[in-house]
Amino acid sequence: MIMESCPECASPVASQDRFCEACGRNLRVQRTPVGGPGAQWPPMCACGGEEFDADGFCEQCGRARPSARDRVEFVLPGVAGVSDRGKRRQRNEDSMAFGRVRGRGVAVVVCDGVASSERAEQASQTAVDTAADVLLTGLQAGMDAESSTTDSVVAANEAVGRLARPEAAEVAPSCTFVSAVVTDDSATVGWVGDSRAYLVAEAGAARLTTDDTWAAQLVAEGVLTEEEALTDRRAHVLSRWLGADSGVEAPQTVTFKVETPGLLVLCSDGLWNYVPEPEDLLEVLPRGVPPIEVARELVEVALKAGGHDNITVVVVQLRGGHGA
Amino acid sequence: MGLDFAVEVFQNEYLPEGAADVDAIVTVTTTGAAAQVVSAHAAEVVIVDTSASMAYPPSKLTAAKQATVAAIDALRDGVSFAVVAGTDTARTVYPRARKLVVADARTRAAAKQAVRMLRADGGTAMGRWLTLADELFAGFEGGPRHAILLTDGENQHESPRQLTRVLDEVAGRFTCDCRGVGTDWQVAELRRIAEAMLGTVDIVADPDGLAEDFRSMAAAAMGKAVADVSLRLWTPEGARVVSLKQVSPGLRDLTGRRVESGPRTGDYPTGAWGGAESRDYHLRVRVRPAGVGDRMLASRVSLVGPAGEVLGQGRVLAVWTEDSALSTRISSEVAHYTGQAELAEAIQDGLEARKSGDVGRATAKLGRAVRLAHESGNTDTAKLLARVVEVEDPRTGTVKLRARVADADEMTLDTRSTVTKRVGKG
Repeated sequence: MIMESCPECASPVASQDRFCEACGRNLRVQRTPVGGPGAQWPPMCACGGEEFDADGFCEQCGRARPSARDRVEFVLPGVAGVSDRGKRRQRNEDSMAFGRVRGRGVAVVVCDGVASSERAEQASQTAVDTAADVLLTGLQAGMDAESSTTDSVVAANEAVGRLARPEAAEVAPSCTFVSAVVTDDSATVGWVGDSRAYLVAEAGAARLTTDDTWAAQLVAEGVLTEEEALTDRRAHVLSRWLGADSGVEAPQTVTFKVETPGLLVLCSDGLWNYVPEPEDLLEVLPRGVPPIEVARELVEVALKAGGHDNITVVVVQLRGGHGA
Repeated sequence: MGLDFAVEVFQNEYLPEGAADVDAIVTVTTTGAAAQVVSAHAAEVVIVDTSASMAYPPSKLTAAKQATVAAIDALRDGVSFAVVAGTDTARTVYPRARKLVVADARTRAAAKQAVRMLRADGGTAMGRWLTLADELFAGFEGGPRHAILLTDGENQHESPRQLTRVLDEVAGRFTCDCRGVGTDWQVAELRRIAEAMLGTVDIVADPDGLAEDFRSMAAAAMGKAVADVSLRLWTPEGARVVSLKQVSPGLRDLTGRRVESGPRTGDYPTGAWGGAESRDYHLRVRVRPAGVGDRMLASRVSLVGPAGEVLGQGRVLAVWTEDSALSTRISSEVAHYTGQAELAEAIQDGLEARKSGDVGRATAKLGRAVRLAHESGNTDTAKLLARVVEVEDPRTGTVKLRARVADADEMTLDTRSTVTKRVGKG
């Protein structure tokens, strides 16, 4: 396979090149930008206004300038993600990061900032950046995916914990975590909290994660049914999270063989609240389109259903031994 | 200029879904040591009613002369001034010519001498008095222009429409504080003049108090360091200013005073400012509601000086939320002044009903006023109310109308109904 151009400087490069001859960029690893969409503002307000005052309010309609985080789309070969503020929240406190190591595989992290903690968007962005670094380094080094996943959670937990202010421990920045390390023939999913991963293949769909929530615990203990848990006010009260006060030492993980083509879907609760069961997801999932289209469509489903929370969906193409 | 302006906004920015009205209290405070901000450059015109009624009782005219003399004594060297005698026409008492003179020992003495010679004769046409003052102020620039208007009677020799025309013409060119002496003048009439001229109105039931009142008004006017300051309100597309009222010190509706000054922007006059002053304004803006989670600048409030320079700025925000714990919180500042405005309205309605013999309505309105004054700790107004009604229980507003009420008490209550109690902040 011939890589046509360097993703950094667009100079022609060959498939076996490890670095771009022109700009020196590492060609083996492609990843979403560290820090997320960053401080690049969209040029225009939703009303069409293009002038903003020093505080970022539109000079025409008065609305706050949309944040670059309000709607984020990242696309790499074989993996794509969409993160959306939704229709009810002031900020998008979800973050996503992913990368691809040529010839090795793909690593994905999605984190959902806990709304009741302070600087939740900083927490989730720090967590995805830190964890993605660890996972991509592990992929390059050919490390075991499960231990690499645990390392990434430990590192992310520490990084988020450092954001806390000692005098405000009860609102220490916090977030959930779900990751995937996908190679040609296997995938490892790790999680803390209630962000989820689903596997979708020709044969059907399956949920790969179990929520770290009080409600899920009560379901597991037979106190509540799945249905009751969804409407219970404790449904989203986390029993595990990342942050200064988490006490988390390792994620839950699951590893499985990838034998047939399919999709791996990582998402925040902004999506799965509307399509909780694998069958629900399967029903709204578009077929025969690239991962970015799948992610866009799933976010659209959540928005149409009300968009009460931030929505983040990352879709990974599973080759099933046909080359990552 | 040595005067610093600070603009603060007090509000609950959280609104329930679909809500359009955004309320805020805007506090403007000036700082700067008084000595630094004193400006010699100021103009003062004292207008004394010399209509025939001022001679009955003679103590009225005597007191008015003494008060005018006290005001002249208070003028610093360098201040431009004139004294006007008002009847059914208007003439300058000092100087003879229709112009201002600069205050010094000689001109002050000559002015006082001329004032002592005043005699009462003729009618009352306040519009003409104001027109002459406006003429005297013309050409004076670079400092506050202030007039004091003293009267004891009704504006009999001029139609209300004539007065309105004059007010429309001269409003904004100078400020004017109005004083009514005795009980034969009309509260509503003087209030109208004071509101248009961004000044105060008060009753001087006892002429003996006049000299001190004039002295302090003249001193306050000269303490103003910056004239012609406006509140500039920017509102987003599709929004409008429902109301802008000064709520402290005293109620003054500025809503109708808007002058468009740019796209989606209008200016409202606030008059002149001195050091260490603080005024509160209640702003209500109606915006096009945005979606839940959206944040909007409902108004940018700028304080703008005479040359268009921005002296201070504040922001009124709107954030729509589903969290009713946030959206149902009422700003204590907004609540307080909404109550003070209601209090003024209840007093004015109650006195109106009392005059027209509607005992039921008068009792209900004044009872409500008693309760509002009690709740907000406005003890000055509560005391004035107690002279007009017998208060049985201030907490419930249970009152009985007094059978005999002195005219002066009723007029004092009416005049001072717009004096608000300042909100306790923090």
